Amino acid sequence: MKWWLLLSCIVSLSAHATWNNPYPRGWVHENTLFSAFSAPPKTLDPVRSYSSNEWVFLANIVEPPLQYHYLKRPYQLEPLILTQMPTVHYDATSDTSSYTLHLRDDVVYAPHPAFAGKKRKVTATDLAYAIARMSDRRNGSPILDMMMPLIVGLEAQVATLAKLPKSSEWRDYRQFNPQGVEVVDERTLVIRIKGQYPPFIYWLAMPFFAPIPWEVDAYYAQPGMKAANQSWSWLPVGSGAYYLAENNPNHRMVLQRNPNFHSETYPHEAGSTVPKSLLADAGKPLPFIDRVVFALEKEAVPYWTKFLQGYYDASGVSSEVFDQAIQLNEQGKLSLTAEMRAKNMQLVSSVATSSSYMGFNMRDPVIGQGNDKAKYLRQAISIAIDYEEQIAIFLNGRGVVAQGIIPPGIAGASADCNPITHVGEAGQCQRRSLADAKALMAKAGYADGIDPATGKALVLYYDTVSTGADDKAQLDWMRKQFAKLGIQLVIRSTDYNRFQEKMLAGNAQIFSWGWNADYPDAENFLFLLAGGNAKMDAGGENASNYKNPQFDALYEQIARMEDSSERRALIQQAVAIVREDAPWVFGLHPQSVSLFHGWVNNVYPNLMANNTLKYRRIDVTQREQAQERWNQPVLWPFAVGALLLIGLVGLVWRK
Amino acid sequence: MTTYIIRRLLWLLPILLMVNLLTFILFFVVNSPDDMARAQLGNKHVTDAAIAAWKAARGYDLPLLWNSEASGWSMLSQTIFWQKSVQLMLFDFGVSDAGRAIGADLAQRAWPSLWLALPSFVLGLVVNITLALLLVMFRGQWLDKLGLVISVIIMSISGLFFIIGGQYVMAKLWHWFPISGYEPDGDLWRFLLLPIMLGVIAGVGSGVRWYRSILLEEADKDFARTARAKGMSQWQVMRKHVLPNGMLPILTGVVAVLPLLFMGSLIMESFFGIPGLGSYTIDAINSQDFAIVRAMVYLGAVLYVFGLILTDIAYAWADPRVRLGDD
Repeated sequence: MKWWLLLSCIVSLSAHATWNNPYPRGWVHENTLFSAFSAPPKTLDPVRSYSSNEWVFLANIVEPPLQYHYLKRPYQLEPLILTQMPTVHYDATSDTSSYTLHLRDDVVYAPHPAFAGKKRKVTATDLAYAIARMSDRRNGSPILDMMMPLIVGLEAQVATLAKLPKSSEWRDYRQFNPQGVEVVDERTLVIRIKGQYPPFIYWLAMPFFAPIPWEVDAYYAQPGMKAANQSWSWLPVGSGAYYLAENNPNHRMVLQRNPNFHSETYPHEAGSTVPKSLLADAGKPLPFIDRVVFALEKEAVPYWTKFLQGYYDASGVSSEVFDQAIQLNEQGKLSLTAEMRAKNMQLVSSVATSSSYMGFNMRDPVIGQGNDKAKYLRQAISIAIDYEEQIAIFLNGRGVVAQGIIPPGIAGASADCNPITHVGEAGQCQRRSLADAKALMAKAGYADGIDPATGKALVLYYDTVSTGADDKAQLDWMRKQFAKLGIQLVIRSTDYNRFQEKMLAGNAQIFSWGWNADYPDAENFLFLLAGGNAKMDAGGENASNYKNPQFDALYEQIARMEDSSERRALIQQAVAIVREDAPWVFGLHPQSVSLFHGWVNNVYPNLMANNTLKYRRIDVTQREQAQERWNQPVLWPFAVGALLLIGLVGLVWRK
Repeated sequence: MTTYIIRRLLWLLPILLMVNLLTFILFFVVNSPDDMARAQLGNKHVTDAAIAAWKAARGYDLPLLWNSEASGWSMLSQTIFWQKSVQLMLFDFGVSDAGRAIGADLAQRAWPSLWLALPSFVLGLVVNITLALLLVMFRGQWLDKLGLVISVIIMSISGLFFIIGGQYVMAKLWHWFPISGYEPDGDLWRFLLLPIMLGVIAGVGSGVRWYRSILLEEADKDFARTARAKGMSQWQVMRKHVLPNGMLPILTGVVAVLPLLFMGSLIMESFFGIPGLGSYTIDAINSQDFAIVRAMVYLGAVLYVFGLILTDIAYAWADPRVRLGDD
């Protein structure tokens, strides 16, 4: 037995040129990309999934009608499974817009037992099926309440399905097409929406609208399937470049090249800021990589170590390893350290299309809407909170101070400074002085931070879900920012659920929140302050409960317009209003930083697209050589150990 | 003995019912189904209708303990307590809040936990007892004193230090093992060797001290002295007389722990990327998936009580003087 074990160890070790290879033998020598995920996805059901850590997998498996061009900037949509961009027709009589989608003829699903060995083409019925499936509350689509007032007949459809007897049996959604969804023929679908809403087209680039083959839906509804984790949530099926070959969210997810993937080639065009070297593979068929392995890696240290050993092809940069990987140059720009350059790493960074902000509850009697004094108080606080310092201290410089509601890179964003909090100097935005903030405090009636009603320091309340020991430093820092104005900030830390309750009831005074763009359009940020979306009234995303008729009118107008210079001018007007009203301290836009090994090609940040695996190419030989070089086992400790053991045995022997 | 075992097994029912009731109160009264829904649905576009639909899909829209709108038996059975907790008592774990079958996940994850815990436990036992014997052999001498000092030092250091230090030295600097990962096919040992080794090292301090104190007591008894007087070597005395007599407390301590090996090691599995039941619980807590946490709490209680019964049986088996309740 022990000889068998010893033999197995020797054979196993000799099979690995390096001892610490963390994958099944052979994989590192194949055309495989290695990546990691830190938290298991909650669901991969296309109609339900709404999280970036799920779309990393899902967007490479299912294909919605449209996708973002990989290299064009500003972000631009292009057909994915359509022959052309949808044609949009507005009918003033019925006040509806029709989106006509023409499907390609060569889009075939990845193999699945439900297809019984046949090649199953994507049809217009499948696209309609996805929308009908979305309309069933049983399926828990997070965008249903947003689409209901938009797609003609969807609301009635939801009501119809809700009246059906409660059952877990399969519903054939081909019989439940909403009125506004029409299958013209197997290749043509028409979606009618109420009024004009150009941003609707962006939703067609999300997995919610990916086609659903009814056979698979019926297959998963069979008894026993759910108990075996055979469901849309865990085995999604699509026509994407990859299919899910192994799905163990507790351990590893493996994507394998879809043998039925339709013809698609690497783009020929790129934005003006994109390096031309990224077009070297132009015209070559996609995808380049055969297999993508995602390993569950919860701890930052093992992840980073494996990356340095060459066993992961890419890595984020956590705070723990930031100094080892990144340095700030004299201009404050991020660059690689000498150690990383010696390993031929690539640094990829971009400002995220998201905003982290501090919000004021505009229904609050002290800090909310209603009088100019409260506005001056909000403006003073906006100046006093030094986000430049916060980015430097807590984010290692990875962030950009927000000058308004719209992050850079989003259509409608402008590069000018927020005149309330900053002044433009030599092309840079410099934060206004504390004296300006104190002057505003005096105008607000709180000179030196003294509340005339009590004769003591003004007390404000900050609600946060930051409760851990790591958050203490940040909260202390925040307290100091308010103390600069003489304000006493009381921090009310609470758990997430209680925080949500407070927000819904309007019981919070000051809070922190964030928003990640659904699509690259200013409307997706402006709606966060639209009066109709106030959290207290409508449970919407306007957490500040801000309401300004002038802003709301502009928002309504912007939402109905296509991108144009006129629309951009209106966006600037809207931004100017909220800068003046200051319902938010605009906070920051975080900067994402990733490292890639030199053998990974065609790497360019695209914050809107999630189906980017198909563009990546790796040089397997280069990776093998690096892994050999970086992972030779150190043998001298064995000799030392053997000597110690011999000494101990000798000692016992003498006894 | 049989009557005793049956009686103890019958006692299991009220204990587990109480455990179930307590976990139910903790998970459903303190943390309402609305809270669970909000935690699962995320930040964006969460409406009251979406919360209601989420609850309905998982049976959380029922009353907690008593359904006054139902009639007859349904007044009791059409409640969250019956649907969730009573089913759990029958080992029907149901579906996680994220929609995965918990039973299937448990079956899949129990093996990696066992592969890690069982060898760590057995090897730890062998190493600890051997080292304890060695220290007893050299009691009062410099080796014994050095061993005790090292044991106290090891006991004083957090287990996390050994994990991170071991990963750093043996995986990062010396490249002997993968720093984390798990491959059930073929060369599983490559992934388990380092965590097992570190588990043994982290436990060696307390283990050696504990077993040393047990063995030391035996080593000073008359039978050991007599054996020495008859001319047996120190090693033979230890092996043939001291160790067998010291096995009773050792055995009972060991048996109590055995069933809990299924539950896995929270930290070890997390740091080494081993997809066992320990990390399953941690993941569930992090993602607020209370269906899984409930199942794991219940499973832990069952295994713990089972372990106590096994201990009693082991006592009676190892020491004929011990008689259980049937005589």
